[in-house]
Amino acid sequence: MAATHETVEQVRALAEQKYKYGFTTDIDAETAPKGLNEDIIRFISAKKEEPEWLLQWRLRAFEAWKTMQEPHWPKLDYGPIDYQDAYYYAAPKLKNKPKSLDEVDPELLRTYEKLGIPLKEQAILAGVEGTEGQAPAIAVDAVFDSVSVATTYKAKLEEMGIIFCAISEAVHKCPELVQKYLGSVVPYTDNFFATLNSAAFTDGSFVYIPKGVRCPMELSTYFRINQANTGQFERTLIIADEGSYVSYLEGCTAPQRDENQLHAAVVELVALDNATIKYSTVQNWYPGDANGVGGIYNFVTKRGACRGVNSKISWTQVETGSAITWKYPSCILQGDNSVGEFYSVAITNNRQQADTGTKMIHIGKNTRSTIVSKGISAGRAQQTYRGLVKILPRAEGARNHTQCDSLLIGDQCGAHTVPYIESRNRSARVEHEATTAKISEDQLFYCRQRGLSEEDAVSLIVNGFCKEVLKELPMEFAVEAQKLVGISLEGSVG
Amino acid sequence: MATTHSTPTGDTAAARPYLDQIDRLKGELPGAALSRVRELRRDGRERFAALGVPTVRQEAWKYTSLRPLEKVAFEPATAAAAAGTHIDVLPTVRPAGQTGPRLVFVNGRLRADLSSTDGLPDGVVLTGLADALSSHADFVGERLGRLANADEHPLVALNTAVLADGPVLHIPRGVVLDDPIELVFVSAAADGRATVFHPRTLIVADPLSKAVVIEHHVGPGGAPTFANHTAEVFVGEGATLRHYKVQREQTDAFHVSHAAATVCRDACYDNFILTSGARLSRNEVHAVLDGTGASCHVSGAYLVTGEQHCDTTTLIDHARPYGTSREVYKGAIDERARAVFQGKIIVRPGAQKTDGHQLNRALLLSDTAEIDSKPELEIYADDVKCSHGATAGELDDEALFYLRSRGIPKEEARGLLIASFLAEAIDEIPEEPVRDAFAAIATGWLAARRGGAR
Repeated sequence: MAATHETVEQVRALAEQKYKYGFTTDIDAETAPKGLNEDIIRFISAKKEEPEWLLQWRLRAFEAWKTMQEPHWPKLDYGPIDYQDAYYYAAPKLKNKPKSLDEVDPELLRTYEKLGIPLKEQAILAGVEGTEGQAPAIAVDAVFDSVSVATTYKAKLEEMGIIFCAISEAVHKCPELVQKYLGSVVPYTDNFFATLNSAAFTDGSFVYIPKGVRCPMELSTYFRINQANTGQFERTLIIADEGSYVSYLEGCTAPQRDENQLHAAVVELVALDNATIKYSTVQNWYPGDANGVGGIYNFVTKRGACRGVNSKISWTQVETGSAITWKYPSCILQGDNSVGEFYSVAITNNRQQADTGTKMIHIGKNTRSTIVSKGISAGRAQQTYRGLVKILPRAEGARNHTQCDSLLIGDQCGAHTVPYIESRNRSARVEHEATTAKISEDQLFYCRQRGLSEEDAVSLIVNGFCKEVLKELPMEFAVEAQKLVGISLEGSVG
Repeated sequence: MATTHSTPTGDTAAARPYLDQIDRLKGELPGAALSRVRELRRDGRERFAALGVPTVRQEAWKYTSLRPLEKVAFEPATAAAAAGTHIDVLPTVRPAGQTGPRLVFVNGRLRADLSSTDGLPDGVVLTGLADALSSHADFVGERLGRLANADEHPLVALNTAVLADGPVLHIPRGVVLDDPIELVFVSAAADGRATVFHPRTLIVADPLSKAVVIEHHVGPGGAPTFANHTAEVFVGEGATLRHYKVQREQTDAFHVSHAAATVCRDACYDNFILTSGARLSRNEVHAVLDGTGASCHVSGAYLVTGEQHCDTTTLIDHARPYGTSREVYKGAIDERARAVFQGKIIVRPGAQKTDGHQLNRALLLSDTAEIDSKPELEIYADDVKCSHGATAGELDDEALFYLRSRGIPKEEARGLLIASFLAEAIDEIPEEPVRDAFAAIATGWLAARRGGAR
């Protein structure tokens, strides 16, 4: 029971804590004027010194976006968003690559400190040269508002031929790869938010793993929205060449503000023959306060293409933040024998709303997919699992298993399940199961009887409920995720 | 929420021919003297004109396209044609030689000459709506249009705009009907003309009553028919109503049906639909559990082949606490047929202790068959147990091998396995004669299938 005890301890330690990443960093920032138009796009593109093809691609996306309508099919209730009232570009004014820790803007340093990133790493994060190569654990690309602040362990990775850098840098470093794959999984006309992102994306991470290379460390991106009224539109592109392997982590936080902030990201994954990509997210954007004031609007398009035979893409997500979450990490299983996985824990409390799920498109033979979704709804939150499993006629022997469980805490919240299952191949086997339940009195009584407070007991039970998904997370994230589960549900009982 | 924004509307241009028909029929409809009925029809027409014919751009019709309807110029059914249609054999679940209460409708109009209400206890009303609009004007006037929502459902609106005839059944308080009531609907295209009609069913089971109703839908074929049924079913406190339906129309028929039921306190509503007919069919069942401890069983089996398209859409609305619902649907889909299952369970705020269960399993028997399944849960109460399951696949190879290794020929073994697969749904029917009759229909379908191409 050691692990259990640990969980309870963690929850207790954090019991008084609300959203601990809710601070703002008072830092000089350079912003573009509010609103989105061709000039802003040209400005962003010029800032990044982008080649002409990319500017044209952005402009085409912008043209398409103007003709598109915001989707209203999700089970989400929010006021109209004024897309012209946000800043589309904000960057901390970094001096030219500081040489030592003393030269780095102390505000930026404090931010990293508060975000809980270790000091040694911090030096690297702020762009200080000379500290790389010490005790490598995770290579981090930190995105602060619209720009990538720093990427760590670049040199070490480069030795192996791995490219891990900001996407704005990749455009210069390996333009042929970016041009070949950007928009190849999520085309710029894909959907309203992806198209907006295509027009206005500012930064994000780029990863290329060469043939046969197993990436020796976890790659990670840390997204931070700091500026008020700023939309964050990052774009991530990961390419795993034949026989390679990479595990990628994504974390996000934002300051506590009364206004809603917009986050519309696009993530594209490409796995070639025998390649594996593991993508984990702990999304902890500011969720708004108990009355639903403020919080991030999180509209994210994430999609992976298993292009090659025996390739595999695995999505794991822990969604605890954001006022609104609209997110469906998907897999297109093109290669024969390719595998798609989706493990999700989504927790909504207070007035949070989440409409999340996945799509598994089976195209190749013997493609397999697994979906495990655990939704926990508390307070006055509304949560929906929305998923699609599609078996195309050529997908001989395809296999899917879906398990969606919802847990309701309190009688003011809602939990909904909307799976779509379309099968056009008889040899395919598709199974979907969904259950909804509450924490049973027996479980609670058992815990209370052993001296746990009600809140600790709930946290313990919920952690057990999510275990199937949490165990899929890399170690670094698993602990944080467990804590988050406890904190997110705070105040939901009693 | 989606409701605050405009959802895509239907095809209002495609609604035009039907609106013209409504305007032409207006003068001939029975019950025009009743203001409530006039209002219903007027509102129905208005709503249908506004909603249009559903299209696949609308979520509720995502998987079922009514485009094929547009290619046929349907004429409204006439009373004369209905009266003149010759009927050889009427389907029944009764043993040969036995008779019982029965209403026969040809193209939605009552054929009194083929119907019988002998032996019904006093107080039970079983008649056609056209008749009831004069003989029981207040009774039907009060209830028509209360459950079937013409505001949201365009085809219900269309039905309401021209409601004229169909079965009316009223079982008074405490009356238990031992004999099942059979309702036979014949779709007949007179003189080879494509025909459309809109039968309206009203069933009222008063508190503590009990009855079994069996609907047979058949058609001799020859030319396309389009039957647009709407049924309203009131199940009073403590009443039990078992409502079974078998639809075996010809493969040039279109069959759309919307049954709206409200189930009061401690009452029980059973619905089972066996579908093997029609080129395009959609059975929509909406049951509202509107009293504490109400329960419903909404199940069915669909057997489709050729180019058939069969849509099953259910909505179980748990509005009160302690309700139970159970759904078991099984389907066998062969050749190029396509089946659709959309099942939704809503648990309203406060409907605590709800127990809802839903299962849809589909068997794909050919390389070109398709199943689209959308089981949905929408839950606003925490102390509930709700689950759904959906599967799609082919016959189990190992089971097949087991049978074949015991000397059973392949096709026969497959037939056995399909029959046992379907039995899981058919076994949900508690009434033995109905269960046997439905199982026999399924067996017949399998035999015909085997006798075909394979």
